[in-house]
Amino acid sequence: MPADVLTLFNAMNVDRVAMRRVVMVALAATLAGGMLAPSRAEEPVAKPDQLEMKSQMMELKVEIPRLNVSEYHRPYVAMWIQNEKQESVANLAVWYQLKGTNEGAGTKWLPDLRQWWRRGGRDLEFPADGISGPSRPVGEHSLVIDEKKLSGLTRGRYTLQVEAAREVGGRELLEIPFQWPAEKPTTLEVTGKKELGKVTLKINP
Amino acid sequence: MSRSLILAAAVVLMFPLAANAHKVWLLPSATVVSGSEPLVTVDAAISNDLFYFNHHALQLDALVITAPDGSHVEAENKASGKYRSVFDVPVPQKGTYKIAVARKGAFASWEENGERKRWRGKAEDIAANIPAGAANVQVNESISRIETFVTNGSPTTRVFETEGKGIELVPVTHPNDLFSGEKAKFRFLVDGKPLAGLKIEIVRGGTRYRDSQDELHVETDANGEIEVSLAEPGMYWLETTTSDNKTTVAQAGRRTLSYVATLEVLPK
Repeated sequence: MPADVLTLFNAMNVDRVAMRRVVMVALAATLAGGMLAPSRAEEPVAKPDQLEMKSQMMELKVEIPRLNVSEYHRPYVAMWIQNEKQESVANLAVWYQLKGTNEGAGTKWLPDLRQWWRRGGRDLEFPADGISGPSRPVGEHSLVIDEKKLSGLTRGRYTLQVEAAREVGGRELLEIPFQWPAEKPTTLEVTGKKELGKVTLKINP
Repeated sequence: MSRSLILAAAVVLMFPLAANAHKVWLLPSATVVSGSEPLVTVDAAISNDLFYFNHHALQLDALVITAPDGSHVEAENKASGKYRSVFDVPVPQKGTYKIAVARKGAFASWEENGERKRWRGKAEDIAANIPAGAANVQVNESISRIETFVTNGSPTTRVFETEGKGIELVPVTHPNDLFSGEKAKFRFLVDGKPLAGLKIEIVRGGTRYRDSQDELHVETDANGEIEVSLAEPGMYWLETTTSDNKTTVAQAGRRTLSYVATLEVLPK
């Protein structure tokens, strides 16, 4: 295999399964006489986006605002990505009360995250591996998005959706449209009015 | 001849089998649920004001609850007061439950030895209960369904499998997938076939707090479908009725069919 591809593999820290898959595809492409890595001049014929080796790092920052209320509960928050047809293509995270025996606990109140629930939240088994997480306190929270979650994104326009619902509080839905993959490092922001503070989306090609 | 006609008319008027003059409805505490032990509680009432209990309780003898896997579920903690019946429905299975009050009724009258006789019961028992020498037989049948739907997790459609009798609703848009401002399509079947020109009435709940009914009137198209966009979130009452002469007994008669559903539209 060409040396530059090997370097690329190491840099990306691709896991074994993905690497095996890529090797098989690469071998097939080589046998077919095609190019292994796409050059700018011509893209491979079959599934150009799967053969594209560019790594895209996506990071989210979500601010849970400090609210002046007498009875405060940490909000339930969900983050996901939708395509132009408003279909969910990636479930990124959902923060809720993972356990406990009182009323506010667990998956009972997840449907309050109305859009997340109907776009795909309801199809998950809970706790959802790599997605379910405990509810967060007031402050700024960062997540680096696992590349595996973004494998369903082909070239195109998407929106990041962030929805929050708070017990005896309100509900807010924010969205950030973005282009995938990004050509250069991109930082996009949106700020909520009540249940969410600043939400930042960083994409680093 | 005219005397028996008048008598027959009087008798029919005394026992109307037409759709209830008052609105009949089920009202679930939620339609979209989740959790480790999900349960809904449902009110059942007859009242013109939606959704307020101010007239009569709906009796629960004909209550049929169907789980996502098609099995029957028993309601729990049933109670009937003056204005309202109430019951609990545990909904542990993932998928859509159908909660329904379904009735098939029949009324027949005839002349026997110069006397006017009457009988009321199930449609399938009519033929057996009308004697051979009966004259001037008048038959009225009714098939009515009052339904609502609750989904735990992702919606499923097994509960919409049709019986092929009376009016039935089949989703194009699933009834537990309704959001304000979004188009929703429903198909209505009569005896298993789509019927065009069926008049549907839809009224949003909360009538006490506004000055007009704001009801929506739509008619089914050639596919038996309607498409509506409900702008406000809330609980909605939907009704359609029709009548024909396709009674189960050969004698001339009238059949009244009615269908009511309570649908929840969530805010976007």
